[in-house]
Amino acid sequence: MTPIVSIWPLAAILVSLLGALPILLSDRQPNLRESWTIVIALIKLTIVASLLPWILEGGSYVFTIAQVIPGVPIELRVDALGMIFALVASCLWLFTSIYSIGYMRALNEHAQTRYFASFAVAISATLGIAFAGNLLTLYLFYEVLSLSTYPLVTHKQNAEARTSGRKYLTYILGTSIGLALPAMLITYSVAGTLDFTAGGILAGKASPELLALLVVLFLFGFAKAGLMPFHGWLPAAMVAPTPVSSFLHGVAVVKAGVFAIFRVIFHILGPETLQTANLGSLITYIAAVTVLVASLVALTQDSMKRRLAYSTIGQLAYMVLGAGMLSALGMLGGIMHLAMHAFGKITLFFCAGAIYVASKKKNISQMDGLGRRMPITYLAFFIGSLSIIGMPPLGGFISKWNLLLGAVEGDQLVLIVVLLVSSLLNAAYFFPIVYRGFFVPAKDGEEEGIKEAPLFCLVPLSVTAFVSLALFFFPDTLLQLARMALGIW
Amino acid sequence: MNATNLHLFVLVVPLLSALAINLLGRRSRQWIAPMVLGSLAFSVFGSIIIMARVIEHGTLSYTVGNWQPPYGIELVVDPLSALMMVLISVVALLASFSSLKSVEQELPGREHLFFTLYMILIAGLFGLVLTGDAFNLYVLLEITSITTYGLIAMGRGRAALSSFNYIIMGSIGACFYLLGIGYIYILTGTLNMADIARILPTLNAPVATATAIAFALVGLWVKMAFFPLHSWLPNAYSQAPTGAGTMVAPLMTKVTVYLMVRVILSMYTPALVFTHEWIAQGVVWASALAIICGSVLALGQKDLRRMLTYIIVAEVGYMVGGIFLANANGLTGSILHIVNDALMTLCLFLVVAAIIYRQGSVSLVSLQGVFRRMPITMAAFTLGAFAMIGVPPTCGFFSKWYLILGGIDGGHWEFVIALVASSLINAVLFFRIIELAYFGSLQDGDHHEHLSTQRHEAPWWMLSPLVLTAVLLIVVGLSTGPLINNVIRLMIPVGF
Amino acid sequence: MEMIVDEIVAKYNYWIYVVLMMIGFYAMIGKRNLMKKLIGMNIFQTSIILFFVSTGVKKGGGIPIVDKYQALAGNVDAASIVNPLPHVLMLTAIVVGVSVTGVALAVLQRIYREYGTLEEDEILEKLQR
Repeated sequence: MTPIVSIWPLAAILVSLLGALPILLSDRQPNLRESWTIVIALIKLTIVASLLPWILEGGSYVFTIAQVIPGVPIELRVDALGMIFALVASCLWLFTSIYSIGYMRALNEHAQTRYFASFAVAISATLGIAFAGNLLTLYLFYEVLSLSTYPLVTHKQNAEARTSGRKYLTYILGTSIGLALPAMLITYSVAGTLDFTAGGILAGKASPELLALLVVLFLFGFAKAGLMPFHGWLPAAMVAPTPVSSFLHGVAVVKAGVFAIFRVIFHILGPETLQTANLGSLITYIAAVTVLVASLVALTQDSMKRRLAYSTIGQLAYMVLGAGMLSALGMLGGIMHLAMHAFGKITLFFCAGAIYVASKKKNISQMDGLGRRMPITYLAFFIGSLSIIGMPPLGGFISKWNLLLGAVEGDQLVLIVVLLVSSLLNAAYFFPIVYRGFFVPAKDGEEEGIKEAPLFCLVPLSVTAFVSLALFFFPDTLLQLARMALGIW
Repeated sequence: MNATNLHLFVLVVPLLSALAINLLGRRSRQWIAPMVLGSLAFSVFGSIIIMARVIEHGTLSYTVGNWQPPYGIELVVDPLSALMMVLISVVALLASFSSLKSVEQELPGREHLFFTLYMILIAGLFGLVLTGDAFNLYVLLEITSITTYGLIAMGRGRAALSSFNYIIMGSIGACFYLLGIGYIYILTGTLNMADIARILPTLNAPVATATAIAFALVGLWVKMAFFPLHSWLPNAYSQAPTGAGTMVAPLMTKVTVYLMVRVILSMYTPALVFTHEWIAQGVVWASALAIICGSVLALGQKDLRRMLTYIIVAEVGYMVGGIFLANANGLTGSILHIVNDALMTLCLFLVVAAIIYRQGSVSLVSLQGVFRRMPITMAAFTLGAFAMIGVPPTCGFFSKWYLILGGIDGGHWEFVIALVASSLINAVLFFRIIELAYFGSLQDGDHHEHLSTQRHEAPWWMLSPLVLTAVLLIVVGLSTGPLINNVIRLMIPVGF
Repeated sequence: MEMIVDEIVAKYNYWIYVVLMMIGFYAMIGKRNLMKKLIGMNIFQTSIILFFVSTGVKKGGGIPIVDKYQALAGNVDAASIVNPLPHVLMLTAIVVGVSVTGVALAVLQRIYREYGTLEEDEILEKLQR
């Protein structure tokens, strides 16, 4: 089907970018400012959702913003893969905005205007990544995302924030300029285009050695995906306020990295080209190492958010692993996990933030007995962790099941073992938290006055937990989009 | 004023206004601003009209005093010089808003002298991009240099000494260029560029031609501060009066790079310049070295303005290297980078001027917490920094794109690595400052408590051109495609 | 040896200009006194002026003042007069040189007033303090 030229994808991106202005202008009136945020989030979700039906029919939207380089305009193109990411991101942004209000007000944070404005720019960039029609456009929004999240990461403006900010930029900018940019230029110089094309643009144009080089450059160049050894920024970035960690470092930023890698594998390098050059195993092994090591490290972390961060690193590698299998089932699992993990992990982060708001506790060892005081939060946490581990009846099961099937289908015994062991490890680092919450009694006098977090925090985390559950029973739309993205429906 | 010699008026108006400023501005200060801004605004409109006309009708030429070329002096406006005219006039106009304010503060009572030189310099720059005569080029080069010497010497402290060093180096450069022209004249018997380009390839005198080319290029390299001939630039530019820096730093080196492009494309012809492959290779290696060394030296600076001057040295390496890659992408990148770098440098120097106006210094220590005091200025600085690092969609990204692509095409991996490395170093350089400005001093009892946290933004005279420049960085970035298709591609010689 | 001497004698004007130029260059780079540097610069410029002017010379050439109408009619033998163009160019170059020298002298005056010396080493020493 021929693509429809439409300005709506651009509108979806711009609405939050321009929305940063009224947010900045209503600096003095917090209520007005936050209403703006919610209104913008709603408009955005509506626009994105309105694009969905046509995509489900197999169509696509395009819009060219500017002609910059011959054969590579700055162009938006909405297809099934981008739609999944855009839907997840804009849906979760709405919840995060509501949650932010509760969190930021409860903690009386400073510079909230800057916070909300930067957030708006970041979500624009995220949608830009989702809707990018070629690698250059994707790279453009990827960089904008990196830079707009810097003020969010360093929000506290103390020495720790400064150090983390440095680390964040070093990893993210260093890899994107040092590795991804040259890789992109080499690709352009070989292929003469950077358009996302089903089956890739390098078929028959690059030697296996060059392809291997590109794979490595791209995998590590998009360091937002957190593949080891370029994962160090993610735990460091946890100094940010929790809504930032939950949305950006649980969903938008990290998934932008994975999404970029998906785009490169599916639409630039091409699964078949990679298959012929026998490079699938290179990707899966890099990812498998990260899966295991990250899960092991997560076990040792006492800080709640750091444990979640390492868990995220491991789960992101799952997605890359799925894509690297280069088989239909594996890739399907990878894409599905992108969405499923998003809902699960944001629930967990929301819970961590809620616990912090309610009790000012950051470390797991201090959280004994909290579950009895905050049952809803802990129940949501339990649901979220089950989804991440991949237990039925939760969304995470569907994606992990597909990943496992993919590994079985490909007769890759090592991967099967990795997947199973890692799921056990996931359980091992999540269940103790829940167990401590419900079954270990609190030390005397500590739990006085602790009660559930404000409603603004509680409602979003309950909803996302519920969605995780619902996605197990109604995954059809997502599955269909994922299949369409792979061209196997 | 008729339609065909508008470009002459673009040049003459600033020159005449220089005279008027000296005479009238001596009596009353209030004449200066309207005359400076008026004549520059005229130049901007004139240049844009010329640009449109050149794109539509092709190259224009004008013979001074009605002496026919090749004997008379010819003024030629082709797409590239039209582009440079627009660039010069826009940069000069934007810079002059800020200069008017900072000169008022730094050089009270001497404004008319400053702006006399300032306007002559701009007229000279227009002349440089217009002239089609090799010797005339030398004279105009010296006119711009002499005015710059004067402007720099008006600064405080070591400025006079730096200016003197610049005079010595600048004269060596000019003399070398003159010598190159001498050889050309002996060889061809003409000084008209188009004529030289016609005759030179027919001669069979490889050694003499090579000598002529070498002398002229080395001369220009001294003038543009191509590493390792850069030693004069950091001192001169960082000690000049702030108002001079905002205009001289973005334009002088860039116009000299333009001259090199002009000399190579329209006078010596690329075929002759790039005959000896090892020379071109060597120059590219030298540029890679220039980029790395400029960036690394910038790392060691403790003052924002000085740091920027070393970045200029690195950027010159970008452009020279791009040209000597001797392929279409490299050349496109270089020409594009002339425009982009001028705008980026302008943006950053306008920030420097604004901060100096408010707090008297741009040493890194004094920049602590400046984000809170001057949020808009620093927002513009951040954009300028992104352009320097090469973050899309700011313009700096796209020229770097072409330069790296040129490097890949030509197999010059050292140049590619140098460009990528310099992007990374720039990221370090600028984020160091952004960090300082954003976090302020973190330690308690820090000895810089006199730096207030009150909001104290620069005056609108300095802020509005700054914001406009910052916006231009993105606008130019997004219009890279049309810029290349309508202007730069026309300049790429056939067979590249 | 004889060949070299012949070569030098035959093109003595070029050799003189090269020698003068090197002297000037040495003074500009090597001398530590700013005034000497400036003088070196003048020598440097002069050498180039001499070089240009000498290129216009023709053996037995006369003064290039000719009747306009004869010249227009093409009745002037170009070989019988020296080439005037280099002279004209150098007139401009001299003007440029004088202006540069003027600016440089003015700058030197400022330096002297500020530091009380024109020796570069002493100035740098004062700056260090």
